[in-house]
Amino acid sequence: MKSAVVQLPGLNRDRDMIAALTKISGKAPVTIWQTETDIPDVDLIVIPGGFSYGDYLRCGAIAARMPVMQAIKAKAETGVKVLGVCNGFQILVEAGLLPGALMRNSSLKFVCKEIMLEVVNANTDFSRAYEQGQIIRCPVAHHDGNYFADAETLKTIEGNGQVVFRYAAGTNPNGSINDIAGVVNAKGNVLGMMPHPENLIEAAHGGADGRGLFASALDVIAA
Amino acid sequence: MINARVTVTLKNGVLDPQGKAIEGALGALGFDGIGHVRQGKVFDLQIETADKAKAEAEVKAMCEKLLANTVIENYAISIA
Repeated sequence: MKSAVVQLPGLNRDRDMIAALTKISGKAPVTIWQTETDIPDVDLIVIPGGFSYGDYLRCGAIAARMPVMQAIKAKAETGVKVLGVCNGFQILVEAGLLPGALMRNSSLKFVCKEIMLEVVNANTDFSRAYEQGQIIRCPVAHHDGNYFADAETLKTIEGNGQVVFRYAAGTNPNGSINDIAGVVNAKGNVLGMMPHPENLIEAAHGGADGRGLFASALDVIAA
Repeated sequence: MINARVTVTLKNGVLDPQGKAIEGALGALGFDGIGHVRQGKVFDLQIETADKAKAEAEVKAMCEKLLANTVIENYAISIA
């Protein structure tokens, strides 16, 4: 399974993401630079975290309108898997690939800590390595992770099983509506999440709870 | 040359923690009876045309495509 990592000015979690993908799939991902519109033939495109374009205007707003995102959108429409983590999630909602919006944390503070996640839907291409309802640990680090969607959208995504991860055990760090931490599109091939699973994949990280997400997305689940 | 001003505000029902914090700070400064403080953004831009209608249509397109996130924000345009 081939993967790619998008690199934009201001993104700073790309190296962590490249390391995670390389360690879990055994193959280094290719990288996609902001000016590229000819996306290589891969099965998974990852938009990592950071502060693309300085978070100017709104987090992810500028990146979402770059030509590279149009090309990624076209790839997503053909069924290629797209994963956005943190700023990557913000970019995906700004680009309209995922429903809702991400707003300033309700505490108004940048949060950098470990939270608990509930796997609400283990039947997606990004979560099948987990058990339904499993509680996993995961780090978060963001200022604008407060997920919002209007009542109608919320009803739709909750009803369709598009909420994949929820902050569990009272650990919602940002005021997200319904404790939503990660959502998938209706087709099931685009996932966005605020927490950083790439930072919890091996013993050196203090745990490997994030590994299942990549094992699912890269289709390398141990039998 | 046409001057346009775009005001972007959060939609009703969307929580505005920054507005709430400002409201609290105003209260702390002794401004009593202040409620419903909402924070927004203002964009001033110049458009090189004499055609007011064209300018307005263009600014509207800018709002829809970039200046506002219509999931959570409303926008208002004034052309001078």
